Amino acid sequence: MPMSLQELQNKPSVLRGDKVTKIFGYGVNKNTAVNEVNFNFRESEVVSIVGESGSGKTTLAKMVLGLIGVTQGDIYFRDAVRDISSHKKKKEYWKGIQAVFQDPFSSFNMFNRIDTLLLDCINLMGGKKLPKEEKVRLMTDACSFVNLKYEELTNKYPFELSGGQMQRLMIARIFLLKPKILIADEPTSMVDACSRATILDMLLKLRDEVNMTIIFITHDIGLAYYVSDTVYIMEHGQFVESGTAEDVILNPQAEYTKRLISDVPKIHEEWDLSTVAGL
Amino acid sequence: MFRQVKQAFSTPKFLIGFIIFTSVFLLAIIYPLISPFTPLQLVSRQSFTAPGRYVNIQDVVENRDRRYFLLNVEENRVADVLSVEDSLRMIDFLETHLDFPPGVLSVEDEPALIAAWNANYDPNQRIQGMTLAAHNENVRFNERLQVAISEEGVILAYFNEDGELVQDTANMFESRDFVNVNSIVNLVHLPLGTDNFGRDVLTQLLSAVMTSLRLGLIAGAVATTIGLSFGLISGYTGGFVDDAILFITNLFTVIPGFVLLILISNAMDPGARSVNTVAIVIGFTAWPWTCRSVRSQVLSLRNRDHVNLSKLSGHSMPRIILNDILPYVASYVVMALILQISTAILAEAQLSMLGLGPSTTDVATLGLMMNWAQMFSAWQAGAWWAFVPIILAIAAIAFSMNLMNTGLDQVFNPQLREG
Amino acid sequence: MGKIMLEVKDLKTKYVTRFKENVYAVDGVSLEIEEGKSLGVAGESGCGKSTLALSLMGYYFAPLHYISGEIIIDGKNISGMKPDDVRKNILGTEVAYIPQAAMNALNPTQKVIRFIEDVIHAHDKSVSKKDIFDMARKRFEILGLPQEVLNRYSVELSGGMKQRTVIAISTILSPKVLIADEPSSALDVTSQKMVIKMMRDLMEKGYIKSMIFITHELPLLYNVTDHIMVMYAGQIVERGTAREMVFDPVHPYSKGLMGSIIVPEEGTRDVKLEAIPGTPPNLKKPPAGCRFAARCKYVIPTCSLGERSRRVFDDNRMHLCIHSVDFLRETYAKEGTGIAAIKSQKSENLKENKKTSEKTQENASNKSSENESEV
Repeated sequence: MPMSLQELQNKPSVLRGDKVTKIFGYGVNKNTAVNEVNFNFRESEVVSIVGESGSGKTTLAKMVLGLIGVTQGDIYFRDAVRDISSHKKKKEYWKGIQAVFQDPFSSFNMFNRIDTLLLDCINLMGGKKLPKEEKVRLMTDACSFVNLKYEELTNKYPFELSGGQMQRLMIARIFLLKPKILIADEPTSMVDACSRATILDMLLKLRDEVNMTIIFITHDIGLAYYVSDTVYIMEHGQFVESGTAEDVILNPQAEYTKRLISDVPKIHEEWDLSTVAGL
Repeated sequence: MFRQVKQAFSTPKFLIGFIIFTSVFLLAIIYPLISPFTPLQLVSRQSFTAPGRYVNIQDVVENRDRRYFLLNVEENRVADVLSVEDSLRMIDFLETHLDFPPGVLSVEDEPALIAAWNANYDPNQRIQGMTLAAHNENVRFNERLQVAISEEGVILAYFNEDGELVQDTANMFESRDFVNVNSIVNLVHLPLGTDNFGRDVLTQLLSAVMTSLRLGLIAGAVATTIGLSFGLISGYTGGFVDDAILFITNLFTVIPGFVLLILISNAMDPGARSVNTVAIVIGFTAWPWTCRSVRSQVLSLRNRDHVNLSKLSGHSMPRIILNDILPYVASYVVMALILQISTAILAEAQLSMLGLGPSTTDVATLGLMMNWAQMFSAWQAGAWWAFVPIILAIAAIAFSMNLMNTGLDQVFNPQLREG
Repeated sequence: MGKIMLEVKDLKTKYVTRFKENVYAVDGVSLEIEEGKSLGVAGESGCGKSTLALSLMGYYFAPLHYISGEIIIDGKNISGMKPDDVRKNILGTEVAYIPQAAMNALNPTQKVIRFIEDVIHAHDKSVSKKDIFDMARKRFEILGLPQEVLNRYSVELSGGMKQRTVIAISTILSPKVLIADEPSSALDVTSQKMVIKMMRDLMEKGYIKSMIFITHELPLLYNVTDHIMVMYAGQIVERGTAREMVFDPVHPYSKGLMGSIIVPEEGTRDVKLEAIPGTPPNLKKPPAGCRFAARCKYVIPTCSLGERSRRVFDDNRMHLCIHSVDFLRETYAKEGTGIAAIKSQKSENLKENKKTSEKTQENASNKSSENESEV
């Protein structure tokens, strides 16, 4: 269930960004993908960052994950400036922040068995020296959390699974790692509508179990409204509006948000096609 | 993996290429085993023996107890050299240029014709109004004729009890005397004749195919190893390393590879130019395009989610490159390797033609065989067997490898699939 | 009841794989569309909806093969025609097809007007270039596309504009049926809306007589089409008007599908999303009986016995389930999940006002297209 504003503000901050900027290229080719963005994500909060393609939301996610560098600004992880200057420190950081990506078909190394993926997680969490039975038990637990059977998956290759199963396996991976923050980059846009509910349910269940902060990166404003406590609307590398989901989506203030919401087909309201903006 | 191999064999292009390549390869392995000669063994004393089955002269002469006396040897030998056209040309030449009275000489009277020619023809004399080509042809013809008539005739003889050589007058060699071919011990089969040194071309060719393939494999492996490692590192790390490697690659691409190859080969001590060193030199000039294409593949791969996920799982850079990137470019690299091998074989042939190939006296390569054929004027001597089979072998290898490559391309890039 | 534009009777088509296996992707589909109406097809990926779109064109090429059934377009039976005849006489004039990636089909080295010339010349060689240009200009003007586009190269256009241009090109001969397979899925929401508006314009102005719209986005389908068909494993499992299908789905599969709709509207946040466990059956060997049985919550032993026959109920609705409509509706009412459970006052009002709002909207859209053409 969504948290109230009061509840949220009492929670400790897990990830804070101060004027985070990313500039690609130099000189004439200079392209500011993310422009002085401020954010503050709290513990067990579900956040959505909504924007159209090219708005910089994926770049922001990658910066937060530490996959690409930050041009300017600071990111604070649990109220301390995050330090990912060496591989060892990065590894430590990644124990606290993980991701689920959009396309399950490209998220897997198709040459590795499924076990390898799960074992990697156990190793990252320092379980390299555990006895084999213990490892199998952990993997079985993780699979059963996402309604998959480990016995059926072991020694299989990712391409033998359906898209929905793959995405669930990604969540099983998160279950093993139990990070403080999960970045979900369009986790349901490539899977069928029928599997979408399952995947969202599992993510939210995981949030409740480990007090995880989930950051949804999405273009689907309906999804953002459905799952999140807080919504950030992103346009051209900047947040144009942010607030609780109810506030932002039912009472949009920014022009961009209004347009975005009016452009989405609805069920209970008439979809007004006359407002199509120019050419 | 198994499925892809199966798919590869279901494309006709790969299958045909594979069949050609395997036949050549198997032939190259098996034939030297059953061949009576070693690749560079001097089989015949003559240069450019035409293809055929040969009987050792000794066997013909020393058959059982019979000895043969060859009649009119000189005449027969001259008849071999002197065709009717040659005779007509001689008459024509003598009559028009040397003011010989017409009607005296005739084609039938060969001894008189030859005598007249010997008496009047001077190779050093340039005759007005005669083309250089015609002059040279006369000179060459004259040389051939002199060789034919200068040899002494053959007499069959035997040693008597005193050890003296005595002419055998009892036996005669006639056209009705036969020898059973099966009883001849020293029968030599030369399917492709011999080269200028009198070495069996087929045995030599098949051993050269093997050597060239080995050379191609070494060169291809060197080029692929350098290109692949540079491509992987450059594509994955990006930034300064990428720029530096790209700079070197561009440098190598801009300098024409073949010129570089010639310069390096030239600078090397000819004695040190073995097959392996030439292979390494070829490989060292051929890597840039493997590097470039691997790099561009890696550039798109490194942004894939599975690589990001691998990073998030805390894997180190070498592990990500080897485990998450290399398998995805492997199929591509195999195709590049095949192409590199076939280009290396061609490059060796080109180098050797220029005389910059391996300077070796114990193994032949396809390029060296071509070089020998060229140096000893196989073309002028009409000895087609000394170069046509080699050209065909080079073509077959390059063609089959390119076919296999196209076939593999169809398997790995489904967009290229037909139907 | 209007004139029937497209009628399909028991159409069956299959794919033949590289390994000579048959995949029965469209297995006994029957449908009809009246003049001026649109029909939506919904379903999971792999249910055969895109194959249906290809099959309806009557233009078969390997690996797709026709098995049986009839396709009748405006009284003309096109099933069993030779591919060449179909291309010359049917495509463009009777049926137009827009696939998802249609916008990438434009050759970047040719100007847009050249494609229009190609389309028209494929059917009538005698039309002069000037006539074509005038015709294209007029059509573009009415559809609210700027005329400059005609003399541009496709690379100079944005994604949404490209897709709209492709639609305008493929409907230039005013086909009787437009088959659109996910025409807006690759676009962002704003471009999607423009594409949808243009397709509505095409319908309203009579340039296309009927439309089949295929998408997995149910809210979009609800807003665009008059009727919706739900497809599962190559078969139609339920059919009804858009409103009926979204708010009163009867077949358990449609019910699950509609229960997964998410829209950014007040109240939808508290609805529990429905999930359907499992995966669709393998179409190489479809299961006997109900194909949904393995994933169905309300399965009974007789489900997997024999073929299900279509049950027609209410006003020309159809579903394919062993249970009676009343039983299913009662069960759903007890469970009370899904989008249907929040029939807010808003939507009730809308139902009554739908006609009036449609009219005002038509006026508004006319007005806006005029504005656009002046630009």
